[in-house]
Amino acid sequence: MLEWRRRREPSTLMLWLSPLIAIGLTMLLGMIVFTAMGYNGFHAVESIFVTPFLEPQRWPDLGVKAAPLVMIALGLAIGFRANVWNIGAEGQYIMGAIAGTGVALVTHEMTGWWILPAMALAGVLGGMAWAAVPAFLRVRLQVSEILTSLMLTYVAVQALYYLVRGPWKDPDGFNFPQTRMFGADQTLPAMMEGSLVHLGIPAALLIALVAWLLMEKTTAGYAVKVVGLAPAAARHGGFSADRVTWATLLASGGLAGLAGLFEAAGPFGQLTPQFPTGYGFTAIIVAFLGRLNPLGIVFGGIVLAATYVGGEIAQTTVRLPQAATGMFQALLLFVLLATDVLVKYRISWRVRVA
Amino acid sequence: MTTAILVSILMTLVAASTPILLAALGELVTEKAGVLNLGVEGMMLCGAVAGFAVAFSTGSTMLGLIAAMAAGVATAMVFAVLTLSLTANQVATGLALTIFGIGASSLIGAGFVGRTITRLGPVFPAALSEHPWLRAVFGHDIVVYLSLALVLGVSLFLRRTRPGLILRAVGENDASAHAIGYPVIAIRYGAIAFGGALAGLGGAYFSLALTPMWADGLTAGRGWIALALVVFAAWKPGRLLLGAYLFGAVMTLELQAKAAGVTWLAPELLAMTPYLATIAVLTMMSLGRKTGRQHAPACLGKNFSAS
Repeated sequence: MLEWRRRREPSTLMLWLSPLIAIGLTMLLGMIVFTAMGYNGFHAVESIFVTPFLEPQRWPDLGVKAAPLVMIALGLAIGFRANVWNIGAEGQYIMGAIAGTGVALVTHEMTGWWILPAMALAGVLGGMAWAAVPAFLRVRLQVSEILTSLMLTYVAVQALYYLVRGPWKDPDGFNFPQTRMFGADQTLPAMMEGSLVHLGIPAALLIALVAWLLMEKTTAGYAVKVVGLAPAAARHGGFSADRVTWATLLASGGLAGLAGLFEAAGPFGQLTPQFPTGYGFTAIIVAFLGRLNPLGIVFGGIVLAATYVGGEIAQTTVRLPQAATGMFQALLLFVLLATDVLVKYRISWRVRVA
Repeated sequence: MTTAILVSILMTLVAASTPILLAALGELVTEKAGVLNLGVEGMMLCGAVAGFAVAFSTGSTMLGLIAAMAAGVATAMVFAVLTLSLTANQVATGLALTIFGIGASSLIGAGFVGRTITRLGPVFPAALSEHPWLRAVFGHDIVVYLSLALVLGVSLFLRRTRPGLILRAVGENDASAHAIGYPVIAIRYGAIAFGGALAGLGGAYFSLALTPMWADGLTAGRGWIALALVVFAAWKPGRLLLGAYLFGAVMTLELQAKAAGVTWLAPELLAMTPYLATIAVLTMMSLGRKTGRQHAPACLGKNFSAS
């Protein structure tokens, strides 16, 4: 029979192996579910998880989708480490894009190298401002940041709708609800001829490295972890939980805002009602798949990017509906949380002696 | 004439409040047992799509409601197995459940977009609700009366019955409850299932009574508002009723303003009101410190393992 024994120490091997096991199990489960729904399950899973990696022409797209996911997830993960549950990254992402777009619209007849940095700064500040509300409410009034950050996401979506249908509507846009296209100096330069690959990709990698150094090599990173693992010990050690809450929420808001700006000034080139794509929520899965570790998150971001790219492939190869991507991503998170049991428990077969 | 208008506003208010009331009541029981299930929105969406699919296929709204509850329980059980049996983090698993519910409901519902069904009708014969005031009493559908009965039932169950006391004990001090010999995990399974059933029913109220149709993300964050309501109500069913109807009033105001053609406030800004109201309410709850967090069950969100 199966025997469960709690490990004295969580298994480090399993900590890193379980995401891989989870991916394998998700592929298997996905095959079963999609076959049961009447699709070609094998080809569906192949299209989603294998094809994006095998075809080099898909790689730029993988990078473009992974960059915002990684950037947002890095911020979230630092917060999750400290038990700060910012789940409104989607709203901060939208606000970042809105703030950056504001700069782009004000400067639309200007040129200059300084415009993009100014937009990026506005993006970071926009995201931070949106995250500052839950931070303030949690630190000063003990209001759960989970609910407030999420509620603000819905507010941000409506603010976006309001702007693109109202004051920011393109005057030459045939009444379509969208802003004018950004000019050359307001758009991220393409890094590869004829592709969407933009500055966001190296930026995401650089931020991951900085986040890793910050979390593993500095006292600030240590403070975040202690506050999350042992709040009482943190108090005795002189680490301020309030300061950690502020710092992690501002950091994750700022990163989400920057990701939003990159998306607006990169692949979109304007703001439209279709702008919110749910990256802020998918990034939660990325953070967990990456074990809340900045380098693991780069890996997690690429895997989740593959589900987007592969989901599009599967729409043509096996006529899988677009919604399948979302279900697949959530399935991955479920399986991952389930395989966590391997980290905490040693499970073995034992023949019962009569 | 004004009576008729007033009553019709009241009817809208009750209808808008009912799904949040149901979902929040289920979550209240779950939380009283010490479990924080952030998957309410996901369970509501699964209930909404399952209810619509079954009602559309069978032509029976009743079967739809039952299917919605079943779907809510089924998704809640995924959460229960992960958090109770596999000791996964409740916050993370609840989030996963919501993300899953959004994806799964959109996948299942793809074939039902644009289809219509007969709206869930009043439960009493029309003759009873000819007069506007009588309509305010007898003109609702069965789910409305059920939700009110459930508020009373849950309130009595938690305060006056032995099983209710045990459930609260499990939420306040799981270790002691276990030591006395109560099956902590089994009780929590039951509480999570109840929460799932009511969330599913609340979701189906959208697709079968309010709209009545299926669209992606139909519940529009009402599951999260339900979670906030539990805090607002300080985990008391009576106050939950009050809170849910207060929110219903805010949403009715939004609808009325839209219908009345209010132009000085953009519809998008009006649509923000329920979410901003939620934040305002949570803030006010904390300002009155006496009714703040200390009402939360002591073991809320903490995992329990007997070993």
